Amino acid sequence: MQTSSEIAELHHIGRPTSRVDGRLKVTGQARYAAEYAAHQVLYGVVVSSTIASGHLRSLDIDRARAVPGVVEIFTHQHPPKVARLDRSWRDEVAPPGHPFRPLISDHILFDGQPIALVVAGSYEAARDAASLICAEYAVEEHCTELERKRSEAYDPPEKRNGIPQPPKPRGDAEKAFTAAAHRFSGDYRVNAEHHNPMELYATTCVYEGEGKLTIYEKTQGSQNSQGYVTSVFGLKPKNVRVINHYVGGAFGSGLRPNYQLFLAVMASIELKRSVRVVLSRSQMFYLGYRPDNYQTVSLAADDRGRLVSIMHDATAATSQYEDYQESIVNWSASLYHCDNVKLSYALAKLNTATPCDMRAPGAAVGVTILECAMDELSYEVGIDPLELRRINFADKDESSGKLFTSKALLECYREGAQAIDWGRRRPQPRSMRDGHELIGLGMSSGMWDAFLMKAAAKARLTADGMLEVSTAASDIGTGTWTILAQIGAEALGLPLESVRPNIGDSSLPSSPVEGGSWTAASNGSAVQAACEAVKATLFKHARKMANSPLSDASLEEVMFKAGRIARKDDPGRSLSITEVMHAADLDEIVENGKVSPSTLQAKKYISYTHSAVFAEVRVDDELGIVRIPKIVCAAAAGRILNPKTARSQILGGVVMGIGMALHEEAMTDHRLGKIMNHNLAEYHIPAHADVADIEVIFVDEQDDKVSPLGVKGLGEIGIVGTAAAVANAIFHATGKRVRDLPITIDKLIAA
Amino acid sequence: MNRFEYVRAGSVGEAIKALAGMPDARVLAGGTNLVDLMKYDVAKPSRVVDINRLPLKSFSETSSGGLRIGALVTNSEVAWDQRVVKRYPLLSSAILAGASPQLRNAATTGGNLLQRTRCYYFYDPSTACNKRTPGSGCAAIGGVNRMHAILGMSDQCIAVHPSDMCVALAALDATVHVEGPNGPRVINFSEFHRLPANEPQQDNTMQPGELVVAVELPPSDFGSNHTYIKVRDRLSYAFALVSVAAALRMENGVIADARLALGGVAHRPWRDHAAEEMLRNQKPDESQFRRCADRILREAKGQGGNDFKIELARRTIVRALRQAAAGTPQVQSDKTIS
Repeated sequence: MQTSSEIAELHHIGRPTSRVDGRLKVTGQARYAAEYAAHQVLYGVVVSSTIASGHLRSLDIDRARAVPGVVEIFTHQHPPKVARLDRSWRDEVAPPGHPFRPLISDHILFDGQPIALVVAGSYEAARDAASLICAEYAVEEHCTELERKRSEAYDPPEKRNGIPQPPKPRGDAEKAFTAAAHRFSGDYRVNAEHHNPMELYATTCVYEGEGKLTIYEKTQGSQNSQGYVTSVFGLKPKNVRVINHYVGGAFGSGLRPNYQLFLAVMASIELKRSVRVVLSRSQMFYLGYRPDNYQTVSLAADDRGRLVSIMHDATAATSQYEDYQESIVNWSASLYHCDNVKLSYALAKLNTATPCDMRAPGAAVGVTILECAMDELSYEVGIDPLELRRINFADKDESSGKLFTSKALLECYREGAQAIDWGRRRPQPRSMRDGHELIGLGMSSGMWDAFLMKAAAKARLTADGMLEVSTAASDIGTGTWTILAQIGAEALGLPLESVRPNIGDSSLPSSPVEGGSWTAASNGSAVQAACEAVKATLFKHARKMANSPLSDASLEEVMFKAGRIARKDDPGRSLSITEVMHAADLDEIVENGKVSPSTLQAKKYISYTHSAVFAEVRVDDELGIVRIPKIVCAAAAGRILNPKTARSQILGGVVMGIGMALHEEAMTDHRLGKIMNHNLAEYHIPAHADVADIEVIFVDEQDDKVSPLGVKGLGEIGIVGTAAAVANAIFHATGKRVRDLPITIDKLIAA
Repeated sequence: MNRFEYVRAGSVGEAIKALAGMPDARVLAGGTNLVDLMKYDVAKPSRVVDINRLPLKSFSETSSGGLRIGALVTNSEVAWDQRVVKRYPLLSSAILAGASPQLRNAATTGGNLLQRTRCYYFYDPSTACNKRTPGSGCAAIGGVNRMHAILGMSDQCIAVHPSDMCVALAALDATVHVEGPNGPRVINFSEFHRLPANEPQQDNTMQPGELVVAVELPPSDFGSNHTYIKVRDRLSYAFALVSVAAALRMENGVIADARLALGGVAHRPWRDHAAEEMLRNQKPDESQFRRCADRILREAKGQGGNDFKIELARRTIVRALRQAAAGTPQVQSDKTIS
């Protein structure tokens, strides 16, 4: 019999493991895009437009040019030689439309649009010169206010690749609504949010000569950036290598190449020099963002709380030049059992940069608002909000008619409720109080896709017993380095230290962008496949060795453990990896692995990650100050590769959900078309004091279909529903329903 | 960014000389605000006079039994100094309600007084701001003005002074000691910051070339009947929407003296002596607190985005008076307002 500690030693997968790159990060050795040295690097500083719509009438660069050290100033007046067709500018995840082309014309489409790049021998000179550039504009009418454009909202004519459209209506939702015993209908709004990862967007483009570029770039997809650069500038893929070993957060803002990549490469090619461009924090507010949106949800139920009608309509902002799309309403057709469902999704054009995916794009606002409405319905029907969810549990995906590969949502409800002590909740709003503070308990369901994407990996075992696993994945702080090391160590029975992951490089085996919570499942499974192939090859050589103790064993009959291959039934009969490699005269074994979703399985099954989020809030009855002493997030996410980094993922998502509930919003002066709180002092995210106890629970969920590893992914699920749990708790505490996120003090005082 | 001359002053006299005749010169102490403003191209000093080597880093007892705090004593040092904690706990509390430990470690007493508004428009040189560029207009009027003034504003400027420390100093009747080309002088705290009127570029009543050398606190006898309550958009690290410093001298259950200063509502810490007078010789009473708040806010006016501040200020004043009367000052590490 093995003791549990021995088993734990055997298994790397499932063991709480500290980040393998943690030491490098805390000692400053992990280098980020702006930190790579390059010979005689030049510094580019971006000048941004200060109007939201119009044309550049003139751009006075003379004073800037006179600053000592300035090498070149790029403007639309001498546009660079670049691809002509929109499709050459479209990256892997671009929405339909005309991708933004920096410095190509005098046309201003949004405030903060880059209008010049000053390149100088020092950062200081470039900044100095940039501040001396004078732009004159022919100002045209702009609109940044979604409310004003709501009546002009349209169904996007061209659909964004990879984003499912709202399913066709089922049943007759309007009729069922009218006839129902209990009805609720409400209008909601979620204000625009900006990603604001810690690391600023930056590119260091190293000019290697002979047409070759090595580009250190902050991105969630090195190969996506590489494809963009080669296609826009007409370069050969072999001449462009993009590296993003470490990424200081991104939350989706690095899925598409941001304009600093274009500008750095352009300047590098034109000047035949290495160029670094780093955006300012303020400029970070003029990249993609989570679009503000209005949602209307109508729900109806029978006397027993069973949903008879769901209607969910959303209008969201996009830019003048692209139709950014995300799935906001679709979840309402899948999360609960209901025969009558009708959904719609429309866009309205504003003078802003194109929105982009932000942690759980669509779901973070769509599921949140559905779950606020479910809470409102629970009071209409007079059923406990948690019970209402249980009653309406869907045991298949009624939107697609498919079965779930797994759905341990009921377990999430049960374990989450226990952890928050839901039983103490009194049904009446305003019924729980402690001094000046009203206490409220609220909850929400959460849902996100569990994707498996096409990905490839390479595994290389060397005679010294070291294993290198390579795939062009990115680690945006999520723990990819660590889980890939764990998967390699698990497969070949090696200590974690003997595995060297190799990621963040476009020259590695192909990978999708790091998004959608699919990296662990997709790149992880590809790495596992490559390792399994190495194992098979290694074992073949082990059996062929003279007097091999394993000659009569099959691969199933042996185990790989502590650097040895041993018979399961007689562990004494074993060979070390190095022995086998030496005997076979091999320096290395290199194998490839890949995964892609099974189309056969997809006909019958669909996969989602689920969660139940519970929040306890305390609201000062007079002053409207909200505290959140506890949040519980119980997630059903298949197999958990690394409980430590997995927990961190959920913590981060929950904190971001707190921000959505209470703090985050772009404050735009619509007269000027300008975001006014474009810094981290005034764009509020939760401070430490706003984040108290967060309990993360991973419920047991076995899933042998979702991915070869049984993994679902955790990057997004933590944010989904969190804002609803908080908003619902605030209602339970105060009896005040704020349908406009974030819920700030003014709204609670006024309500 | 602009080019500037850097001068490191070795004495107060040298600093004053370096500032003389250069209205665009700026004094650098902790740098927590000035450096930001320079990065944003809001402050464009021709000369930066670094005073960090001046001997203005100590506390001293005054002959009247008060405490003198050198201009370069950091906010952290003031907040945690045992003399301050024991005799001026209101000041300690207000300082700890502001910024972050890192900022408080760098920010100085003089610098805190001289910090500029956090108005979004003041910080964005692409917009109109009379404080930054006199005569350019005020984009905050009719714009995004959630954080702006409800009292004492003008049609030129609706900015607020962002300090927490200064709200307590106003309530404590501190004095500001300055030295300049015409020698030293003392400014009462309530006359130090000014209202914007037609010169919003002037935050205070210092004359060109003057340097803050110390802040002096008179003896204080409020015991535990004081509090500082700060209401903000998150539980820490945000400027006040409304803050209230309250101090009562209680004698036999009667309010013998009352001090009340508001932050986040005006271009300077707001005091209303008539309202304070209403409380004098009264027993602490909820309805009287409310009348006092009404009195303070009688001319309050919202700008659209900050209308809620009027009611919020009313409620915060009442809560602060309740805490002060009960002798249960707010503990800043406790995010529940008792």
